[in-house]
Amino acid sequence: MRLGHIFLGAVLVFLYTPILVLMAMGFNASPLYQLPFQFSTRWYGDLMGNEGLLTAGFNSIVLGVITALVATTLGTLAALALNRHSFRGRSLLQLLLLPPIAIPWLITGTAMLIFFFWTGIGRGMHALVIGHVALAVPYVVLVVGTGLKTIRTDLEEAAMSLGSTPVHAFFAVTLPLLFPSILGAALFAFAVSLDQFVVSYFLSSPGYVTLPVQIYSAIRKGFTPEINAISTLLLLGSMSVILIFARFARPQSPGASK
Amino acid sequence: MTEVHIRSIAKSFGPVPVLHDITTQFAPGSFTSLLGPSGSGKTTLLRIVAGFVTPDRGAVTIGTRDVTAVPVWGRNIGMMFQSYALFPHMSVARNIAFGLERRGIRGAEARALVDQALEMVRLTGFGARSPKELSGGQQQRVALARALVIKPSVLLLDEPLSALDRRLRQDMQVELLRIQRETGLTTIFVTHDQEEALTLSDRIAILDRGRIVQSGKPAEIYERPQTRFAAEFLGDSNFLTGTVEQGGVRLADGTLVQSAHPLPAPGAKATLAIRPEKLQVSTTAPNRLTARIVTVIYAGPVLSYLLETLDGTRLKLFQANRDGTILAQGATITLGWSPEHAIPVAE
Ligand SMILES: Nc1ncnc2c1ncn2[C@@H]1O[C@H](COP(=O)(O)OP(=O)(O)OP(=O)(O)O)[C@@H](O)[C@H]1O
Ligand SMILES: [Mg+2]
Repeated sequence: MRLGHIFLGAVLVFLYTPILVLMAMGFNASPLYQLPFQFSTRWYGDLMGNEGLLTAGFNSIVLGVITALVATTLGTLAALALNRHSFRGRSLLQLLLLPPIAIPWLITGTAMLIFFFWTGIGRGMHALVIGHVALAVPYVVLVVGTGLKTIRTDLEEAAMSLGSTPVHAFFAVTLPLLFPSILGAALFAFAVSLDQFVVSYFLSSPGYVTLPVQIYSAIRKGFTPEINAISTLLLLGSMSVILIFARFARPQSPGASK
Repeated sequence: MTEVHIRSIAKSFGPVPVLHDITTQFAPGSFTSLLGPSGSGKTTLLRIVAGFVTPDRGAVTIGTRDVTAVPVWGRNIGMMFQSYALFPHMSVARNIAFGLERRGIRGAEARALVDQALEMVRLTGFGARSPKELSGGQQQRVALARALVIKPSVLLLDEPLSALDRRLRQDMQVELLRIQRETGLTTIFVTHDQEEALTLSDRIAILDRGRIVQSGKPAEIYERPQTRFAAEFLGDSNFLTGTVEQGGVRLADGTLVQSAHPLPAPGAKATLAIRPEKLQVSTTAPNRLTARIVTVIYAGPVLSYLLETLDGTRLKLFQANRDGTILAQGATITLGWSPEHAIPVAE
């Protein structure tokens, strides 16, 4: 028990310290991480003038939201089909969904670039949406599928015995119970998109760049704490979204009635 | 009160036939148990009546309505599941009101019906709770209330009590029977607990490998089983096999066993079933066999003895523990029984 706490503490320290340092340095007047710490909002001011970073940040969020919506819808439907219906090729399909999670993104990205070039899809926002959705769907299927397994099918049967059509039973019983899993899957998909560098790097066009890609090219030219600033904003934004959703999802727990 | 008719129902899952040509009838207001070993098709038959499974052949009629092509949600059935299947994200009251809502009953009228249903299952005041805050037995009652409140034409129960411990199960049996009598609902109850079937039912239908091998009143089946399977599955039984001769059955060791019941033609093979509690230690009964006591099982009110005759036939004897005397293991005793209790059964 004690040991567990220590490990957990260590993990949290290693996870959060760099992030906290990054956030703090966004408010440090020195551009070279020099101490003593001198509070300043200079980098935020500069950021407001940095069109490139701002646009890229905005692009990343929009792309993340679109990816989350599309991937969650598709992935949830796929999870339902895979778990609740039997059809030819089901196990094959189920099997095929998993390897992409393990394939290095560099390979996936290269393959997508070649494929998109070859089919004329090209690069740019539409290519990014397609690419990110394709990357996120397996995670959604996994998360929603796991949630679905904890919801007994006899709940829907009970609803039907009481007069629900299958569609009504789904919306009245399964969907509310599945909601936390779907929400979790959406956050996952959003995170996959927001985090994505390799695939985004290959698929973005000069006119449409995501934040990680923009940061990467900015760093190549020389690091400025504006990057800390936008990272901080982004972090705070996505963390508050996650916390709000986590609060929302809590009162509903999936599972059997026992 | 509604009658349920099943006509020539057959069902296979893939190449495996699960039900063969089942025809039976559930009288209005009756309580029927479907009893049979695991895999005999009880659940499948119940789910065909419910509408979850479509039969390959045959018809289901509820009341005067042929429902074979009607989906579950159009059949107006009350169903209870082994796992209770309460909706975990709804309060007890909302669980019970679910079926009412589907029937367009809402507001004060629904609330009154929900309260009435809660009162019937003796859970008045539990409406605001979440199913998670109830014990297994209470959840089971809520499931029952939810099934009853819609005034179904037929109540279908698939081993609803098997998850409860013994005492609670007995309480629920009493409760279930009371409610079934009060409501007069035609009830079909799946179980593989023979004692439960005997105590609850007006009628028992015994299933074996997808066929109803015998159906009738509990006492009828128990006292007059028609097959070895029925005799063995409902209660315990001794079996003696031999050849029909002089109005009795001649066993291998030469003993002629009298039976008061019609036997096959002389010369034919016959099996007699004799209930272990119908045997007694006796040297004067018309039918007698000598056997040695191999095992003594002391079970409180009942003493069971496992015995073996000279030619190796195994027998069971149940005795009421009337005065605390226990027969000794290894003793050789003479068992006697009346011809009335030697029941010819088909193999
Ligand atoms: N959906 C299904 N697909 C394939 N086979 C099935 C299906 N449902 C049932 N079976 C098979 O049909 C047979 C009868 O099953 P059923 O569930 O009706 O038995 P049961 O009498 O209720 O048994 P138990 O006492 O174990 O519940 C079994 O051999 C089972 O494997
Ligand atoms: Mg069953």
